[in-house]
Amino acid sequence: MSVRKHQNCTSGCSGLCCLKVQNMGVSLGDTELLRDVSFHLHCGEIVALIGPNGAGKSSLFKAILGQFPHTGAIDFQRSDGKKSRPVIGYVPQSPAFDRGDPVSVLDFFAAAVADWPVFLPIPAKLRARVRFCLERTHAEGLMDKRIGALSGGEIQRVLMALALDPLPHILILDEPLSGVDIDGERQLLDMLDEIRQTYDLSILLSTHDFATLEHYADKVILLKHTVLKVGAPSEVLASPEFQDVFHLRMGKGEA
Amino acid sequence: MMDWWYSLVALLPFDWAQPGGMYFMKNALLAILVISPLFGLLSTMVVQSRMSFFSDALGHSAFTGIAIGTLCGLSEPMWAAVLFALVFSFLFTLVRRRSSMASDTVIGVFSSTAVALGIFIATLNGGSFTKFNALLVGDILSVEPVKIGLLAGILGVILVLWACAYNTLLLSALHPALANSRGIRVFWQEAVLNAAIAVVVTVSMTWVGLLVINSLLVLPAAASRNLARNTRQYHLFSLLGAVVCGIAGLMTSYYIGSSAGSSITLYLAAFFIVSLAFQKRRL
Repeated sequence: MSVRKHQNCTSGCSGLCCLKVQNMGVSLGDTELLRDVSFHLHCGEIVALIGPNGAGKSSLFKAILGQFPHTGAIDFQRSDGKKSRPVIGYVPQSPAFDRGDPVSVLDFFAAAVADWPVFLPIPAKLRARVRFCLERTHAEGLMDKRIGALSGGEIQRVLMALALDPLPHILILDEPLSGVDIDGERQLLDMLDEIRQTYDLSILLSTHDFATLEHYADKVILLKHTVLKVGAPSEVLASPEFQDVFHLRMGKGEA
Repeated sequence: MMDWWYSLVALLPFDWAQPGGMYFMKNALLAILVISPLFGLLSTMVVQSRMSFFSDALGHSAFTGIAIGTLCGLSEPMWAAVLFALVFSFLFTLVRRRSSMASDTVIGVFSSTAVALGIFIATLNGGSFTKFNALLVGDILSVEPVKIGLLAGILGVILVLWACAYNTLLLSALHPALANSRGIRVFWQEAVLNAAIAVVVTVSMTWVGLLVINSLLVLPAAASRNLARNTRQYHLFSLLGAVVCGIAGLMTSYYIGSSAGSSITLYLAAFFIVSLAFQKRRL
């Protein structure tokens, strides 16, 4: 995977690498989880997805990942204008690993990226590859730690390094900031910014933390079964839609 | 093949190891050398995937399989039991995936149903349950060379499974959502692992004993987890513990006349207690 050159990403999709979601709908049985969702995601952009619990954020991710069937179109256009299937790196919501798990970060990582069975001595070449990948998120020092002994922020860094191998066009993070303390949060956000600049990829993440949105997000999508508002963080946070969804306006019920 | 083994055993300084007799003990030792690594290996995954209650339930269902086999008049009811255990484990995997019930509830439902079915069949027409007593305790000394060969074959299959699928099994157990997003079919990983547990439990039940077989699937890895810092150490300690305790248990049972399965289990329990003492020092 080559590192694509950053191009000016303004609006529209012409001449830029871009994920285009158009009129997408997702239903599970009789329940309509998402309807008529449309937005663009350009390379080099960090887009934050916000919305109440059950708004369909995870379903949207699963549809983009191809795990949920959907209606409408999800197209990816490379910077040379050709359409192709994007490589997507996915960082799922961080689990609480069992504190006693006798699995090192190296084992966990190698098990995910290589065929070599990790209960056998790990070849130097594989070890070097894992170190190289972990360096992308400054997690190489964690390699021989047990995954059960990692903090929330450390787990996120390992999972993020995993999602960057192979280097994706789009990086999707499901609530990366939950279970991470304030220091860890700042580190993660700095790192996302670094990754976005170094590898020129699009980052789509979901979050419930609105206070820091303006510091890192280029665009915010307010989702509740459909896209209610898209725009710059300040714009979305000040919008009546946002206030309605989170019941911030007095005397008004749910929209 | 067995002659080769008997002459090898003759090098050991035990009275039963001398050439020309006591073949049951020599067979039993060889069987232990095959069964214990088998359980040591499988144990790592049973504990990692939190399947220890499931393997316990399988032991009970295996007895039901034998009862069904006997009812059908099979000369080798074990094969009916293997088939029954495979169906049991697959249905269990399916129900656990498809329903929102907690895993232990599903296991409880399956286990109690299987046991009730087994007792029902065994006692049909006023039949006596006592003919199944031998299964509860198990008798390693009754193992025949053919069966040792069968066990060795199963060990071979498990080794191949480990070589091909250990990584995906581990990832599915650690983080199903991540495994899923990397294209691993978590359901089939679970189904294959459960089927492997089912076959091993059922086949070795006759020799190890239904009541203690689950301890062999839980204790080696449970103890090893207290000591290991990575997957390699986890396997090493689990395998080593299983083999050493297996041999020690067999010897003890020979010299003091206790059942081999229970002796092995007690050694494993001691191993676990020792591992607990060392657990705190690790960070």
